[in-house]
Parts: sequence; C-alpha cells; structure tokens
Amino acid sequence: MIWLTWRQFRAQAIVAAAALAVIAIALAVTGAHLAHLYDISGIAACQAHSDCGTLTNSFMNQVKASPTYKALYDGGVAILYAVPAIIGVFWGAPLVTREIEAGTFRLAWNQSVTRTRWLVVKLGLIGLAAMATAGLLSLMIGWWASPVDHALALPQGRNGTSGINRFAPLLFSARGITPLGYAAFAFALGVTIGVLIRRTVPAMAVTLAAFIGVLITISLWIRPHLITPLHAISALNAANIEGVTSGTGSGSPMTVTAAVHLPGAAWVLSNQSITASGHVFTGPATNACTTGSIQQCNAHIGSLHLRQLVTYQPAVRYWAFQWYETAIFLALALALAGFCVWWIRRRRLS
Amino acid sequence: MIEFHLDGRSGVAPYLQIIQQVRQALRLGTLSVGDQLPTVKDVVATLAINPNTVLKAYRELEYEGLAAARPGVGTFVTATLGDGSLAAHGPLRRDLERWLAKARRAGLDDDSIEALYRDTFRAAAKEEAL
Amino acid sequence: MTTVLQSRGLGKRYRQRWALTDCTLSVPAGHVVGLVGPNGAGKTTLLNLATGLLAPTTGTIEVLGGVPASSPAQLARVGFVAQDTPTYAGLSVADHLRLGAHMNPGWDAALARERIGRLDLDPAQRAGKLSGGQRAQLALTLAIAKRPRLLILDEPIASLDPLARREFLQSLMEFTAGGQVNVIMSSHLVADLERVGDYLIVLVDSRVRVAGEVEDLLATHHLLTGPRRDPATWPADWRVISASHTDRQTTLLVRTCSPIDDPAWVVEQIGLEDLVLAYMSHTPDPASNGAPALEVQR
Repeated sequence: MIWLTWRQFRAQAIVAAAALAVIAIALAVTGAHLAHLYDISGIAACQAHSDCGTLTNSFMNQVKASPTYKALYDGGVAILYAVPAIIGVFWGAPLVTREIEAGTFRLAWNQSVTRTRWLVVKLGLIGLAAMATAGLLSLMIGWWASPVDHALALPQGRNGTSGINRFAPLLFSARGITPLGYAAFAFALGVTIGVLIRRTVPAMAVTLAAFIGVLITISLWIRPHLITPLHAISALNAANIEGVTSGTGSGSPMTVTAAVHLPGAAWVLSNQSITASGHVFTGPATNACTTGSIQQCNAHIGSLHLRQLVTYQPAVRYWAFQWYETAIFLALALALAGFCVWWIRRRRLS
Repeated sequence: MIEFHLDGRSGVAPYLQIIQQVRQALRLGTLSVGDQLPTVKDVVATLAINPNTVLKAYRELEYEGLAAARPGVGTFVTATLGDGSLAAHGPLRRDLERWLAKARRAGLDDDSIEALYRDTFRAAAKEEAL
Repeated sequence: MTTVLQSRGLGKRYRQRWALTDCTLSVPAGHVVGLVGPNGAGKTTLLNLATGLLAPTTGTIEVLGGVPASSPAQLARVGFVAQDTPTYAGLSVADHLRLGAHMNPGWDAALARERIGRLDLDPAQRAGKLSGGQRAQLALTLAIAKRPRLLILDEPIASLDPLARREFLQSLMEFTAGGQVNVIMSSHLVADLERVGDYLIVLVDSRVRVAGEVEDLLATHHLLTGPRRDPATWPADWRVISASHTDRQTTLLVRTCSPIDDPAWVVEQIGLEDLVLAYMSHTPDPASNGAPALEVQR
C-alpha cells in the first residue's frame, strides 16, 4: 500500500521537489547578500525603544531599490499563502475523485487491502508530505526574509510601531509553523470534498473556495479572541497625533488616531481615541480643524483631553498564537480525515 | 496427439462432439492404444469451453472402455473400435448403394440427397443423445 | 463448502428505484456461473454486492461463507474484474503486477509473469496505450494471480472484438481447468455463456427469473406445439414460461420434470439462447401459478 501511494503520488512529488529546489536556489543566491546589507545597516544594534526610523528607512530603501528583493519578498509571502491552497486543490481533491471517475477504485478496493487501510495510508503519507513541503518552504522563506521582517517590526520614531510585522494577519499566515497546519487542513479538506462531490473539477473549485473561506473566517473572527487581548490607555496629546479625519463643514464627524508605541512586534487589534467618559471620540469637528492649520487643530484636540485606547496582543504571545492556530488547523484536518474514512466505509460509492 | 474442434451450430452437445471425434480418430488410426488424449487444460484453452464438458466426455469414454484416466498424468486410450477398415462394412455399403439408386429414381438431385441424409442423421443423433 | 454465493431476499435501492429486488440465490461451488440479462437488469448491482463495493438495502448476502469485503482475508478470496476492465492508464503493465504483489499476500508472481509473457504484453507499456482486449487480459491476470477461490467478472468481454473475446474466454477457461472451478460471469450475450457456463442465472428487471444448472434447465424445458386447447386442460405441474396461440395452434414453452405423454403435443428441445430470450421477454404473473401474464393472440 505504501508502494502504491508513492507510485501514484510520484509525479506530484517530483513537481513539488523541483519547485522547492528552484525556490531554494533563488533564495540561497540572494539571501546572503541581503543578510549582509542588514548587518551593515546597524539596525541590529538599534535599541527597541529608541528611534530606529532613519536606519530602518535607509535599509528598506536599499531593499526596495532592487526589484529582485522586492519580488522575492512579496513572492515569498504569496507562495506561502498559495502552497496550502495548491496542495488542497491538486493533491487533496483528486485523490479519491480520480479513482471514482476512472473506475479504478473497483480495481484498488478488490485487492487484499480494506478500503479503510487504503485511505488511511494515503491520507497519512501524503498529509505528511504536504506538511513537510509547507514546513520546508516556511523555513527557507522565513530565513531569507528575516532581515526585512526585523526591520519592519521596529518602531519608526514618531510614526510608532509598524503595522506590518510577523504578528499581524498578513504575515502571520506566511511565517512560522502555521503553513504546516494550513497545508494539512487544505489537503484533508480537498479529500473530503472529493469524497462527497465525486467529480474532480468541481471538487477542486469547491476546495479552493472553502479553504479561503475558512482561513479568512479564522483570521478575522477567531484568532483575535484565542487569548483575551490587552488594553493600553494613554493620554492623547498634540505630540503623538498621527492622523485626523473630518468632514468639510463645522459640526461634521471627526476621528483622531495616534501612533501606537508598543514593544516588539505586537498585533494591534484596534486603535481608537476615547473621550473622558470612555466613548469613542467622533467629533464634532470645529473650525480649528476644518479651516485652521495643523498646529491649530492639534492644539484644539489636545485641549479635549482625549485618551488613546489600544487593544492588542503583545509580542510575547506570538508563538503561543502560532501553536494555537496550527493546532486548530491540525485538529480540523484530523476530524476531516476521520470523516472521510467513516464515509468511505459506508460504501456509498459504487 | 489429436486436436478437437467444435461446430457450434450442429445442434450436437459439445461433449458428444468430443466423443465422436475421439471415435473418428480411433477408426482412422490417428489414435491408437496407449496414446494420450489432450489434457483438459489444453482442450479448454483452445476451444474456450467449460472444463466439465471435457471431463464429461472423457468419463463417457472411460465408461465405454475406450480410455482410462491415470491420476496426475492424463487420459490414455485403452482400446480401439472393432475393425477399423471401411472394407469390412460391405453389406452396409451395398445397402447404401441401393438406397442411393432409389433416391435418384425418385428424382432427387445431389443436394437434395445430401440434405435428406444430413437431416435424418441429425434427428437420429439427437434422439440417441436424449 | 458447497455454495459460493448465498443470498436471501437481497435488495438494493437507489433513491426511488430498486435495482435489485428479492434476490434469493444459492449458487453451488464447482461451476462456471453465467449471469445473463438485459442492460439495466441489475447484474452489475448483484456483482457489486457480492464483492462488497455496495451494501444491501434489504436482505443478506454471503460469499464463500463470509460477508463481502469484511476483511483482508475475504478480499483475498474473491477476485473481481469490473465492467470496462479498469486499469491505471498511467501505470505500466509491470507496475500493475507490482501493485498486485504489494497489495495481496497470496500473490503468485510466477503465474503473473508467465501469463503476461504468454499474452505477449510489453511490461513497460502503459496500460492506457493497450488495446481493449489487452487491458481485459491484464485485469484478468491481476484477478487470477492473487489466487482467489472465486472469480467474479462483470461483462468483461462486452466491448471486445470477436478475436479478443475468444482469447479472453480461452484464458479464463484455462484458469478454471487448473483447480477448483468457481467463476461468476455476467454478460448480455448468451452465446458466450453457452460455451463456458454450466450454471445459469437469468436476471430481468431487478428480479431473478430462473437459476439452475444448464443441463438441468435444458432437460426440463420443452417447446410444445399442438392443437389449440383450453389452458385449464394443461397438467398442474406444468410451469408455462411463454404461450402463443393462433386460432388453431398453441405453442408453449413449458418447464416440467415429468414426462409429456400426451401424443397431441410435438415436443422439441430448446436451445439455451432461446430459453433465456423466452424468460427475458415474458413476465410471469406470480399470482397466476405459472400461467403467463403476457399472451400473444394472433
């Protein structure tokens, strides 16, 4: 059964290995120089609480100046999002539907191997291969991109801590161990949908849609609440106002945002200005802000004695979240796999 | 070693055809005492018929005393059929010549004589087999 | 054991339609069983139930004394060649043999190699490039080389040309000559079953119409022609399969074990193909105790 799983998976494995090799070579060739640029930029020595803005900016400008680095960085993020989806669509969905459409399940399930064992071995071996592929990619790309990730996560002076750090949703799913969980889940999802729908192309489409749907749902609505977020309240004065938005006329709604200063790469869930009574400040705008200068507006806002309420997950919780998220997706993958095995045993195919 | 063939449209059961062909071979001298009949496996591999059919034919031959099975080896011829030469059947041949003359006088041409003969022969063979 | 397939009240329903109804069979060992019936009669359903690819809706089925597909041992005892003889198009002939070897503890590698050699199949050739007849032979080799006690074949030769058909049957019969003969083969062509089958099951419209040894069936079915008579005058132990009347003459197909003494009837034997056709075209009304529901008035 192991031989058969390998033999039927061989073509896909070769494609995956080739892709990994190409990516590895591209990263290896450019990664050393990128690390070198980071070393000489002095960012490493910059303390987290001081203003690393100029150093960071100059390093990032060097990175952005090179189209290769930009492409590889963005591409790396894209690949880590795409790979679990590709695995679900191309390894998972066709696993059973191919056999059903070709009728070969009538051959495979009449050898001296029960269909339970047939499915369990396939799920197990290819599932492990999926996790290994995603894990390897995350490792390689994470290594290559670490200089840029570090630079982006540092406080940028008056502009506060950058919102693009490894804890924020965009990068969270493309770094660390979460891609492993996604890959296992997408694979199991693909197999399940294939078993239910029984036709390859529709199963591939539904798998893609379902995977994206689950990922978005969990990132937006479940992940923020895995551990109760912390709140930081600080005085909002003219010095740290970052942005003011208002309507055109006096009396229109107005919102004020201040820069966030948090240690390390924290995940900011919300950043609001609140009044003394604790409600979100919504204006109204006065002439000072609709028609006056920035200094006049800032001075006016300062006189309102607003406070800044930041809801966030601190940087130290990053790995806890990584493990929770991966565990959730692995648990989902196992549940789906169990369902598939149960469904197939009920002989609902023919 | 002889080879069997089957006429699927003759209306004669396959096992009977096999028996007939063995007897024919004995008469013509193609088979003599001590010769081995084709194995069941070879016969079915050539004719694509049920092995039980061949076994039935061979058992019938054994019952008639013409062959004997040696377990693990095969089935062998143990006796021939009387006097093999057609010359011994003089009286029968003369009867037949007289019948042919009668048929010609009745106006039958060659084809009709053959058809009449075949038809009667088949009907009689079926009755024998029942 | 004396029965290879035992079913009681076996039925299978797909949504609204019953593909197989009230199927009770006791198929003896040592036979080549022909399962014949028109397309859609339920042959594939019955065979899928026997191999465990389907589970029954009602009733029970036992194959070689065990529940189909219930364990690796049961799977090893039954060899199956499905309709259209599926093979992996991307795998070579040699790969298929490796598949058999890895997935069957009872695999006879020498037998498999010898058959492939004798069939002149190129081991490196992909199964997708083989002709229909070659694919059928490959599928048969896979089923045979695991040394099953029962071989089940679902219309294996339906889409083959006459030569490939003959070669397949030759291979199959050679296999059965080797040891205990247990084959169940379905077809909608009676002519092929006539050569190789010695037990017949006729399946029409999801029901079993007749099942029995071919010799027995041919000996107990008679084609009777005689002057037109009232059906009430027919003997009670006659089971009339089909009847047709003109104003002067009656032609009957009758199943009976007792001899037919009435000299008014002309008694003829019926060939297997005509027998099967008679069962396929006439629906007996179970309430009428043998008299057919369909009569042809001319």
